[in-house]
Amino acid sequence: MDKKIEPIVQTLQETFGATCEEFRGEAHIFVKADQIVDVLTLLRDKHEFELLSALTATDYYPQQTPRFHVIYQMSSLAQNTTLQLRVPVAGDQLNVPTVSHIYQTANWREREANDMFGIVFEGHPDPRKILTPEDLDAHPLRKDFPLGYEEPQFTFNFDDIDLSKIYAKE
Amino acid sequence: MPQIEEASYAKYKHLVSERVLTGETMLLNMGPQHPSTHGVLRLVVELDGETVVNAIPEIGYLHTGIEKNMESKTFLKAEVMTDRLDYLNTVGNNLAYCMAVEKLVDLDVPPRAQVIRVIMTELQRIASHLVFLGPFGLDLAAMSMFLYCFREREYIMDILELCSGQRMMTTYFRPGGVWRDVPEEFEAAVRDFLKIFPKRVDEYEALLTKNPIFLDRLVGIGMLDAKTAISYGVTGPMLRASGVDWDLRKARPYMGYEEYEFNVPTRTTGDTFSRYIVRIEEFRESMKIVEQGLKKLKELAGQPTLSANRRFVPPPRAEIGVSMEALIHHFKYWTEGFPAPKNSVYSAVESPRGELGVYMEGDGGPKPHRVHMRTPSFCNLSVINEMVRGHLVADLVAILASVDIVLGDIDR
Repeated sequence: MDKKIEPIVQTLQETFGATCEEFRGEAHIFVKADQIVDVLTLLRDKHEFELLSALTATDYYPQQTPRFHVIYQMSSLAQNTTLQLRVPVAGDQLNVPTVSHIYQTANWREREANDMFGIVFEGHPDPRKILTPEDLDAHPLRKDFPLGYEEPQFTFNFDDIDLSKIYAKE
Repeated sequence: MPQIEEASYAKYKHLVSERVLTGETMLLNMGPQHPSTHGVLRLVVELDGETVVNAIPEIGYLHTGIEKNMESKTFLKAEVMTDRLDYLNTVGNNLAYCMAVEKLVDLDVPPRAQVIRVIMTELQRIASHLVFLGPFGLDLAAMSMFLYCFREREYIMDILELCSGQRMMTTYFRPGGVWRDVPEEFEAAVRDFLKIFPKRVDEYEALLTKNPIFLDRLVGIGMLDAKTAISYGVTGPMLRASGVDWDLRKARPYMGYEEYEFNVPTRTTGDTFSRYIVRIEEFRESMKIVEQGLKKLKELAGQPTLSANRRFVPPPRAEIGVSMEALIHHFKYWTEGFPAPKNSVYSAVESPRGELGVYMEGDGGPKPHRVHMRTPSFCNLSVINEMVRGHLVADLVAILASVDIVLGDIDR
């Protein structure tokens, strides 16, 4: 682990009861969903983590508690170091507070995570879909979503396939 | 056929002003089929006369589910899809992906392969910036720029073809090194390009940098301050144009970048012009790196270009003909792949657009459990509304071009 983040990890462990895992020199810190706003505010204001590099999630289906991990990849430009926060989310309780008021970039990233995994970011200012089509009522990156195949639409079969689309039934 | 719905106030009421209701301002669709949106980007623009009040990007028209697809393929086969993300920086995507795999399974890369990787990514950076500059000029009615830039880009495409057999979708880098050593003609081809290109960059500058019409369109337009930029996760030339000296090649060197001498061009104004000039200077810096790379390549002649750790790399072709074990290994390697530990890594490189990060998680088997590509264009585009407020529609086009978006990179 990077020497520079050791005191930060210690602070997080003491203040928030966070647990830390290490792999290939990266620190993965586990915090609870209701603490994430406080943790990120602390990291941004006190420890110079100005940049939220990535916000994504991963699915551990069929495991249910926790089923998902929401991942916050933090980056500090001033100290030139990185940190990963992971928030475990249960399969039947998909609420995580939004952090888009702390990092603006979380706005689109949370919309993406919501599209792909169905994780609900509470208090999000703009909870529209971002990548998936409006008529898709599923979350493609979940492990129980089949990796399906769709028949390509050509001129000769265009109408047949079109009839099976959701918008045709309206 | 599904129709693009009309931009309605009901859908965007939390993002636009109430003046839309009285007809004082109006909502207008720009794209997804619009020549200056550089792909299939749709902007819902709120206009007061010709002044932009708000611009809301609508993305997802090019969403291909690459991240989902990768989960169903072995680590080796999933790499092919990284080429398709940012189709102007294919080699750079391979690099980011391979580095993540190498970090996950703890695999070394021999020095010669590192040098080849650096040369190739820097050439690709030049090619990518050329495709920024060409359409950028086109959007500002400097028509000939487009033709000049694509003329020079052909040199680089030819070099890529020489090494990998493909112009764009190369998959030239492999976990543990590169597919094959560069051919004999490689050095001469790169030297040819290095001889021609500096003069061409001067020509571009003569055409644009001091052109008063061009400057009028750019200077002071689309201001972006450093704090907003970082909050929105903006990286790369855009961030450096706003006065933050942040380049992953310098800050967290990978592939031996610490051994190369080059500068990181920055500007402090953060307007459209500085975003243009930073990229022009990066042309020259990349050429410096390629020059040094060629020298290193000569010193390392004859050394291996693929790791010796046979667990993760295929056996050499010559061995397959004479060794039964090598043949079995070859077969098992390409059908089964290699297992990766049940853990995750994040590794990032500096792509021509910014921080290209790969979050990769293994599950103990030969396929990734999850791959997430942190693509720079996604964040760089999200800040557009902050930059265009109060400018004219024509400026919106210029600002959007200066962001240098690639929709394949945004939608994945």
